[in-house]
Amino acid sequence: MTLSTPVTDKPKIPAIDLKQLKFHYRPGGWQLELPELTLHSGQHLFVRGASGSGKTTLLNLLCGITRPVSGELFISGHALHKLSGGARDSLRAKHIGVVFQQLNLIPYLSVLDNTLLSSHFAGQNKAEALSRAEQLLQRLSLQQSLWQQPASELSVGQQQRVAIARALLPRPTLLIADEPTSALDSDNRDAFMRVMLAEADANNCTVVFVSHDKSLQQYFHYQLDMLQLKQGVQPC
Amino acid sequence: MLMKLARLSLWNRRGTVLMTWLSLTISIALLLGIDHLRTEAKNSFTSTVSGTDLIVGARAGQLNLLLYSVFRIGNATANISWPSYQRIIKHPQIAWSIPISLGDSHRGYRVMGTSGEYFQYYRYANSQPLVLKEGTAFSGVFETVLGADVAQKLGYTLGQQIELSHGVGAVSFSQHKDKPFTVVGILARTGTPVDQTVHVSLEAIEAIHLDWQQGAPMPGRQLNAAQALAQDLTPKSITAFMVGLKSRMATFTLQRQINEYKNEPLTAILPGVALAELWQMLGMVENLLLVISLLVLMAALVGMITTLLASMKQRQREMAVLRAAGAHPWYLFVLVQLEVLLVTVVSMLSAAALLFVSLVVLQDKLAADYGLFVGLNIIRLNTLYWAGAIVLLSALLAMVPGVLAYRKTLSDGLTVRL
Repeated sequence: MTLSTPVTDKPKIPAIDLKQLKFHYRPGGWQLELPELTLHSGQHLFVRGASGSGKTTLLNLLCGITRPVSGELFISGHALHKLSGGARDSLRAKHIGVVFQQLNLIPYLSVLDNTLLSSHFAGQNKAEALSRAEQLLQRLSLQQSLWQQPASELSVGQQQRVAIARALLPRPTLLIADEPTSALDSDNRDAFMRVMLAEADANNCTVVFVSHDKSLQQYFHYQLDMLQLKQGVQPC
Repeated sequence: MLMKLARLSLWNRRGTVLMTWLSLTISIALLLGIDHLRTEAKNSFTSTVSGTDLIVGARAGQLNLLLYSVFRIGNATANISWPSYQRIIKHPQIAWSIPISLGDSHRGYRVMGTSGEYFQYYRYANSQPLVLKEGTAFSGVFETVLGADVAQKLGYTLGQQIELSHGVGAVSFSQHKDKPFTVVGILARTGTPVDQTVHVSLEAIEAIHLDWQQGAPMPGRQLNAAQALAQDLTPKSITAFMVGLKSRMATFTLQRQINEYKNEPLTAILPGVALAELWQMLGMVENLLLVISLLVLMAALVGMITTLLASMKQRQREMAVLRAAGAHPWYLFVLVQLEVLLVTVVSMLSAAALLFVSLVVLQDKLAADYGLFVGLNIIRLNTLYWAGAIVLLSALLAMVPGVLAYRKTLSDGLTVRL
C-alpha cells in the first residue's frame, strides 16, 4: 500500500474556496470579513497575524466548527456554509485534519488509539486505518514501543507528531495547524516543520498554518498576513 | 471506541470515580436491602402462624401476647393456671388446643413446653404442618425435639444429651444440670421461629422446676431425674395456648367469653388481626426507612453529577480534541451519559453483592434476635423495577453535565476559554 497517490494533473476543484465570508459572534460586535481566498490542492499557506486579528476564528470557520453569517465557503467542493452541524462534523472528520498548539491528545488513550480517533469519526475501515496508522507513526519516527503507551507519557515533540499522524490518517484534503510549534524548542521546531510538511506533501494535502512567528514562514510556498487576507490578497 | 473512551476516561479519574462508586454502592445496597427486608419481613411475619383461630394468654396487650407466644420475643407477664386451661378447652366450640410453657432456654434458644397436639395441629405458611426430619415426637419426660436451626447451628444429632438453662438469656447462670434431655427428634426447616425453638413436654418443664421456687433452686431440696419422674408432673400453669375452633363463626363469641373469664384475667387474640397490627406498626417504620434510603440514593447520585460537573472544566481540552477529530456534540453527550451509566451499573452490581454478603452474614442474627426470617434471593421483580428506576434517574441527572458538554463544545469550538 502506498501512502500517496502521485498527482499528474492539476486538480480542478480547489481545496479551499471562500467568497465574501462574514462572521461575527454578536451583531454589531467584532466582525471578520474575508473577501476572497482560493487555495489549491497541495499548496501550503502560512497565515501570520497578531493576537485578536481573527486567526482562530478563521480556523474555526475553515474546519466547520463555526458557521459563517454570510458568504460562501467550499472545502474540496463541499458547500460548508450550507451544511448542518452534523454534516459539517462528518466533513471535518473525513476531509480536514487539525493540529493544535499543544495538548492535542487524549491523555488516557494510547498513542495508537489517539491516532485512530480520526478514522473512527470518519467511519473508515478499521483494519485499513490500523495499518495506515502504523505506517504514519513509523514515518514520523515514533517507534513501535511507544504505540501502546498512554499519550500523557510522551514528550511534547512526540505528542505533536502523534497529532500530525492523527490529522493525516483519514487522508484529509486540508490540514489546519494552529501554532503547533509554540511549545517546542528551536531544534524540535525545525524537525517538526519539515516532517509535517513532508507528510502533507506525501498525502497531497493542502496546509493552512497559522502563527505569529515570522521565522516559520520560510517553510511555506505562500505567506499572507491577516490584514492582507482581509483585503482579499491572493496567495501567489 | 466510545466504550473504550468512557472506560479509560473513568479509569483516568479513578480517584473520584472510586469514591462515587463507593457512595453509590452503599446507598443502592441500603435501598435494595430495606426493600428486601420489607418484603421478606412481611412474608415471614404473615407465614409464622396459620390455622390458629385464637391465642390465649394472661391479660396483656395483643402485640405482647403475639410476640412472646409466636415470635418468642419478650416475656409473659403472668401465667394461666392449669385448671383454667382445662376448663376453657372443654368449650364445645374448641376443636383442638396447644398449650405453651415458656421461660427456659438452651444456649440462647428458647425452650417451649408443649403437648403432642403441637406436632399435630400447629400450622404455618399456607397451612403447612410441622414435619419431623429425623426421629419422633417426644414421648418421655426428658426428651426433646429440636427446631432445624438449633440442631444445625449447635451440631446436635439424635440421641445427644442437652441441658436446659433457667431464664432466656444467651448466657445463663442457673442451669438445670441435674436433669439432662435426650434429643429424640429434629424438625424440618419452616422459616419461622419454630426453627429456633427447643421443644419439650409440659411435664418436663414441671419436672425441672420441682425443686425450684420463685425462680431459684430451693436450698436443701434436690431431686435427680429419676426422683422427679416419681412425682406428680401435672403442670400447675402454662404461659399461653393456641386454639382451633370447629367453626370460625364462633371466634368472636369465644374471644369475648375468654376475655370476660371470671376466675382469671385472660386475653384472647386473633393472630391475623394482631399480625396485621404488628405489620402496620413495622410497615410505617419501614416506609420511613425506604424514604430515607431513597434520599440517600439521591444524595449519592447528585454527588456523582457534582464530581462529573467539576471534572468537565478539566476535560474541556479533551472535548475539543474529540471535536477536532470530527466528533459531533451528540457524541460527547453520549460519552458523558455512558460514563454515568457505567458507574451506576457497576455500583448496582457491587451493591447487590454487598447486600447478598450482608444477608448471608446477618441472616442468623436476624432470625435469632428479631424472629425475622430473611431469604437470600434478592433478585425479584421489585428489585428489577428499582434497578430500572435507578438507571433512569442517573441518566436523567447525567443530562446536566451531558448538556453542558454539548453546549460548551458548540460555543467554544476548538479553543479552550478560560
